[in-house]
Amino acid sequence: MKKTFELEDLDCANCAMKMQEAVKKIPGVKDCEVSFMKQKMTLEADDADFDKIVKLAVKAIAKVEPDCTVVL
Amino acid sequence: MKYKLTKKQKKMRNRIIIAIALLAVTAVTLHFVEVPWWAELVLYMIPYVIAGYDVLKTAFINLIHGQIFDEKFLMMVATVGAIVTGEYPEASLVMLFYQIGELFQSIAVGRSRKSIAKLMDIRPDSATVIRDGEELEVSPEDVQVGEVIIVKPGEKIPLDGVILEGESSVNQAALTGESAPVDKALSDNVISGTLNLTGVIKIRTTSTFGQSTVSKILELVENASDKKAKVENFITKFARYYTPAVVIAALVLGVVPPLFLGIGSWEIWKEWLTRACVFLVVSCPCALVVSVPLSFFGGIGGASKDGILIKGAGYMEVLSKIDTVVFDKTGTLTKGVFAVDDIHPNLVSKAELLDIAACCESFSSHPVAQSIVRAHEGHIDKNLIGEVTEIAGKGVKAVVEGKTYYCGNGQLMEICGADWHDCHLTGTIIHIAREDDGKCEYLGHIVINDQIKEDSEEAIKSLKNAGVKRLVMLTGDKKSVAENVAGKLGLTGFFAELLPADKVSKVEELLKNGKGRLAFVGDGINDAPVLMRADCGIAMGAMGSDAAIESADVVLMDDKPSKIADAIKIARKTMRIVWENIIFALGVKAIILVLGALGIANMWLAVFGDVGVLIIAILNAMRCMRRLNR
Repeated sequence: MKKTFELEDLDCANCAMKMQEAVKKIPGVKDCEVSFMKQKMTLEADDADFDKIVKLAVKAIAKVEPDCTVVL
Repeated sequence: MKYKLTKKQKKMRNRIIIAIALLAVTAVTLHFVEVPWWAELVLYMIPYVIAGYDVLKTAFINLIHGQIFDEKFLMMVATVGAIVTGEYPEASLVMLFYQIGELFQSIAVGRSRKSIAKLMDIRPDSATVIRDGEELEVSPEDVQVGEVIIVKPGEKIPLDGVILEGESSVNQAALTGESAPVDKALSDNVISGTLNLTGVIKIRTTSTFGQSTVSKILELVENASDKKAKVENFITKFARYYTPAVVIAALVLGVVPPLFLGIGSWEIWKEWLTRACVFLVVSCPCALVVSVPLSFFGGIGGASKDGILIKGAGYMEVLSKIDTVVFDKTGTLTKGVFAVDDIHPNLVSKAELLDIAACCESFSSHPVAQSIVRAHEGHIDKNLIGEVTEIAGKGVKAVVEGKTYYCGNGQLMEICGADWHDCHLTGTIIHIAREDDGKCEYLGHIVINDQIKEDSEEAIKSLKNAGVKRLVMLTGDKKSVAENVAGKLGLTGFFAELLPADKVSKVEELLKNGKGRLAFVGDGINDAPVLMRADCGIAMGAMGSDAAIESADVVLMDDKPSKIADAIKIARKTMRIVWENIIFALGVKAIILVLGALGIANMWLAVFGDVGVLIIAILNAMRCMRRLNR
């Protein structure tokens, strides 16, 4: 499944890159792109665990930039 | 364009103003009043904390999470370093400048993001659908195929469809970049995302919103970053090593020299710690990480305004290096529509010959026959036409006003026994003969050709000016026709009488022989394999053609070949700006690092090396958005 989420208060491009790397490391994630320009994250992951993976991704993002929130 | 500050930005702005005021008051006061060092520290720390408390907070949180190379953390270390070395005003000011830079960056990026988003915003908001005789305003997604919608002047056409009622001018600029309006009348196709200008029209929809042209284009543009440019990957990799390397260098610089130069001297420690702080401040690769994608994003956005859709930054890079352009002939360089080129009469006048030919061909649906009828322009009185017999593969025999005419190719002339001759021009030749007393007189011939597009010549010229070395045409057409077109346009080469599969192998051959990158330009109809094989597949006339949009890397919304040169120019401009930023940012940082290590660069210069460079790079990147001057 592939889904796009909006990111609020994503303030730095470097952080966006770090978020992308962090989310990619979550098991089950096939691909992830965090776009600073679009303020969006596109996540592609296994259907079965999708909700669980999204939760992990939200955590990973908060870890990189605490101010940034994922609009679910 | 006006840009409204977000809540967060406003808060930041207020904090900065307060901090500046406090700092000024403190500096002036301390100029006249002598206070103990601790009082000075406290006085300077107030604006420091007001300006930078969020930086400190985030830095702490990140530290707990193990994110030590975060720029906020580095800023904290640098300013704390300044405090430790007793430079309180510097610490305060550096933090202040950093925050001003951050605010400015946030505004600049937000602003350019907004204007690019606006460039691409062709999404219709609502549709007025007629259900049970009533007009209902609904979201375009809720309209089914085959429903009737009504579009008033000044509204965007929300879905693809056919006009049922009314006529209007339509501005297709949002899709094609062409601002001259197009007239649309009954049973014409209209395309979603275009603007209805003058009349009220009723449209029967032919697609759902998800399948409509506008959705496909939006999807394409929004996912344009899928294919990353090599430069972008380079920056990503570079950033991964740059920051840790500079931080380690800062550590070494701050600790090692004092160990040798005077381990017990606070002055020496202070000096080298200051130098280390300079390193830390310039260690953020932000200028590159922000400006490079912003340039590509802007370039893609600007190009889309001209009706050129580039599917990714990677193709931007490829486009900029193109030195070979391979064209498909029909539909790309030529209109794919037959028209009368010339009339060579014998015994009769030009007008008479065309008159006769038009009468003979008026019942045929063959494109060549229709081109003659079109060229005739006047009214054809079909009552005057008697029996028409089609002679398969050769032409027609028709009785007009009691006289029998033969109209067709050379073979037909042989059959009727007219004294005919071939034409020196290339193309499809239609000969005409009249039967008189059982004998056939030759009346002349009409030359019909696929017409070269008006701006093909200009397109080739501007490609040559842009330094494209090889301009090659591929066609399934006859050699004589291809030679004619290639000669007229000044192409450097052509290959004729090719089967679709031959086109792929020709492109492969050209790929092998060329130095630079190769682009193939086609109309997207049955040339998908070639489009995919080329370094860069360019499909044109894509408005309404799904196949082209899917298989090409660059999509030209209208069918003007001159857009190819525009696309290359936009790509080159974007790449130039990207490299300008890379060289500028790295150059300034390198100089500051060297000066910092030597103790010449102070904190001020370092802050410029961080936020100053970033801001200049962003401003430069924003130039990518601008359209080409013509």
